[in-house]
Amino acid sequence: MSEPVLAVEDLSVAFHTRAGVVRALDRVGFAVAAGETMALVGESGSGKSVTAYAIMGLLEAAGRITGGRAVLRDTDLLAASAWELARIRGRRIAMIFQNPRAALNPIRAVGRQIADVLLRHGGATRFNAKNKAIEALRAVGIPDPARRAKAYPFELSGGMCQRVMIAIAVAARPELLIADEPTTGLDVTTQAVVMDLIKAMASQTGMATILITHDLALAAERADRIAVMHAGHMVEAAETAHLLARPMHPYTARLIAATPTAAGSLDALQSVPGGLPDLRAATIPHCRYSARCERRLAACDQVVAMRDQGPGHSVACWNPLGLAA
Amino acid sequence: MRAVLSRLAGALPTLCGVVLVTFLLTRVLPGDTATYFAGPTASAESIAQIRTALGLDLPLPEQFWRYVVALSHGDLGMSLTTGQPVRTELITRLPASAELTLCALLLAIGIAVPLGVLAAVRQGSLIDHVCRVVTTAGVSLPVFFTGLLLVYVFYFLLGWFPAPLGRLDAFATAPAHVTGFYLIDALLAHDMETFRAAFAQIVLPAVTLALFALAPIARITRASMLAVLGSEFIRTARASGLSGPTVILTYALRNALLPVVTVLGMVFSFLLGANVLVEKVFAWPGIGSFAVEALIASDFAPVQGFVLTMAVLYVLLNLGIDLLNRAIDPRARRGT
Amino acid sequence: MSASETTPVDVAAPAVARATASARANSFAHIRYVLGENPVTLFAALLFAAYALMALFGPLFAPYDPLASDTVRALRPPDWHHWFGTDQLGRDILSRVIVATRIDLGIALASVALVFAAGGLAGLAAGFFGGWVDAVIGRIADTIMAFPLFVLAMGIVAALGNTIPNIVLATAIINFPLYARVARAETLTRREAGFVDAARLSGHRDGALLLLQVLPNIMPIMVVQMSLTMGYAILNAAGLSFIGLGVRPPTAEWGIMVAEGASFIVSGEWWIALFPGATLMLAVFCFNLLGDGLRDIVDPRRRT
Repeated sequence: MSEPVLAVEDLSVAFHTRAGVVRALDRVGFAVAAGETMALVGESGSGKSVTAYAIMGLLEAAGRITGGRAVLRDTDLLAASAWELARIRGRRIAMIFQNPRAALNPIRAVGRQIADVLLRHGGATRFNAKNKAIEALRAVGIPDPARRAKAYPFELSGGMCQRVMIAIAVAARPELLIADEPTTGLDVTTQAVVMDLIKAMASQTGMATILITHDLALAAERADRIAVMHAGHMVEAAETAHLLARPMHPYTARLIAATPTAAGSLDALQSVPGGLPDLRAATIPHCRYSARCERRLAACDQVVAMRDQGPGHSVACWNPLGLAA
Repeated sequence: MRAVLSRLAGALPTLCGVVLVTFLLTRVLPGDTATYFAGPTASAESIAQIRTALGLDLPLPEQFWRYVVALSHGDLGMSLTTGQPVRTELITRLPASAELTLCALLLAIGIAVPLGVLAAVRQGSLIDHVCRVVTTAGVSLPVFFTGLLLVYVFYFLLGWFPAPLGRLDAFATAPAHVTGFYLIDALLAHDMETFRAAFAQIVLPAVTLALFALAPIARITRASMLAVLGSEFIRTARASGLSGPTVILTYALRNALLPVVTVLGMVFSFLLGANVLVEKVFAWPGIGSFAVEALIASDFAPVQGFVLTMAVLYVLLNLGIDLLNRAIDPRARRGT
Repeated sequence: MSASETTPVDVAAPAVARATASARANSFAHIRYVLGENPVTLFAALLFAAYALMALFGPLFAPYDPLASDTVRALRPPDWHHWFGTDQLGRDILSRVIVATRIDLGIALASVALVFAAGGLAGLAAGFFGGWVDAVIGRIADTIMAFPLFVLAMGIVAALGNTIPNIVLATAIINFPLYARVARAETLTRREAGFVDAARLSGHRDGALLLLQVLPNIMPIMVVQMSLTMGYAILNAAGLSFIGLGVRPPTAEWGIMVAEGASFIVSGEWWIALFPGATLMLAVFCFNLLGDGLRDIVDPRRRT
């Protein structure tokens, strides 16, 4: 792709806990182009959110970035100082979270929360901040924004809270938006509305989007590219249509088979066998999926990295599906 | 406004209970109640007079009614030891106790809240350990003992502060009465001499009382701040790039203070009780020492008046805290 | 078995899970584990044992008769004959402090036992039966809580008479709301838990249910509460004695001794007030730590 908005290489994160060191991420890499929506998909515990937090510099105290780069256009986020990061967050890269009502300050009016961000990133002055906040609420489709600006999160529905969060996130027109499970917990109609809104914001400003989700169907519907993670590893990345039609990693294939579709029957669903490996163990096989994989070879004990297997389609597997010859 | 009135109305049953209890307390005195109110030196006639005056030969409910009526006229009986109406004594002495308690509370909050916040923000640091020691040890301190220790160290050994002989030493005179708070009145009268004298006298007792309140406030501030700092909306605030001070003060602290305000109710309960002990140690002429002196002399009307006053004060304070809570937490306002 | 990714692995969790599992098998091992993990609790337990021994057997070992006055030896600072010095009547302070342990701990223990019985049963009844029982007990508790607690204790002791049993009663009364509330909450939780309904369905009568099913279940929390209240009860009793209520001279009690020493501390005779005061402080501290430690044993989720 032409100069990506975000290029992550060899990102590794470890958590130092009293029960041992958890190697949550191991050499994760991907890239997102301007205006593109990339979905980061995987089961709970695969490291999707940790990746996002690491990039944003929001890891918990116990987390350490043990290697890699995350280059936002020309800035390596992982090498930036805390002060620099604080200027970049919200302005050039933004994030929205699951459970929007809990993610907003419960005792501060939503208009004020938007104004805080606008004031911080220079999008408004003290005099017009209030009006700009109302404008921002209108832009995300909240009816009667002047009145709603004075409301508190507990007075708004989940869908409206998520809109407020989106308003906060895009207030400074960032280059990249990370959406961490933005629709989980919302009803289907609201989900669609929220995703449409994100897409509309993105197309207005050319913002790139990383959509983190465990819902492959949502990713299939909304993302241009899908990257699949398993147990802290990136295992496959490709354009959506390609990935769904011809998955190359056994795990991806299983995920697809386990995802209900409107046309298919529930009986045809198959779950992915086994479970995630214990990431505290001293010895983790290099391919973290190999323990549950039916296509396991002796070679799978060796270090495996993402390699191009086709245009825009990379896989980390010694024995991928559909390998020509 | 309506909320204030409804809260006041809600406090009425509590006040009724308080009045009932204080009434019952004097009616369960072992032996003849009249003898207690007449005093140890009273003759048979004065005892009989007191008995009729107090209506002690009437049925209990009627006695209670007379008690309530007397209360509504502000009549709290006479103090045997001072010969003054109890009400007058209490009113004269209330500012002394109030000044002491307020100074202590401000001091305690001024130290405990920053301490708790810093301990939470810098977990594991020296400040955190100091905070934890303070809160664990602080709840174990007998307030009368710490007062004495402070007197010994700062008066006897170091001589930094004057003898614990009350609000002013023998040479100073009280400033013109405006509020009854010597510190404020002295400032209002531009009398720096008296101000310094009053200040010197109030430091040790205020610090003693403050130490007592410090522990629970610091503990809850730290715990509350820790909980808030780990919450999701703080993560959003950081992700939005808000500045450090904004995140900690405007976003985190305001939320963290909510439980602190609630705990102030309990702190007041302890403070009003500890007040009595501190007043005894420092010979502070407040309502607590008034009650203690009356107790020793078996003079019961002041004790009854004191308990009633403290209880009413406490109910009003709790009301105030409740209203404060409603003012700062929008969630408390819903569903009035 | 997946390692959570959005929340870092809670490390205490596997350790605690192990501890709880062995607790079911062997609670002794569990207690030993907690004490081992937490040296502070161990220290508090040892201190408690020391105080208990002092209360039980101390008077046998006191070097002097606590009531024996000897004006020749009055106001002596600590020396080899009198480790804690002598007071204004020449009495040995060490002996008095030792003997006072029995009184103070005794008063505190009596109050706590009383409030545990009364408050616990009241809360149990309120939670179990609900309805007007709950309402009445709630009203009583609220009325008590409307007073600053120490002030109420003063009032009660003043009204009922200046004796030790009345201190015990007053302390019990002011702690009543707390115990009733804790017992009620625990009972409600257990009641909702369903096994009460199950037992009822299989024909057990209410009274038996209460005693056999619910009571043993709320005991652990109540015991924790009792340890914490011991510290407060000691402070309360000492405070009341300090202002002249309850225990009277020449009885040796920590509060009175501090009161007696108060007038001397301004002229520099510090030992009369210091030793009883320090012993008092240490005792309260010990019970607070012990309570915290017990809380960790009973319910690790509630760690402060």
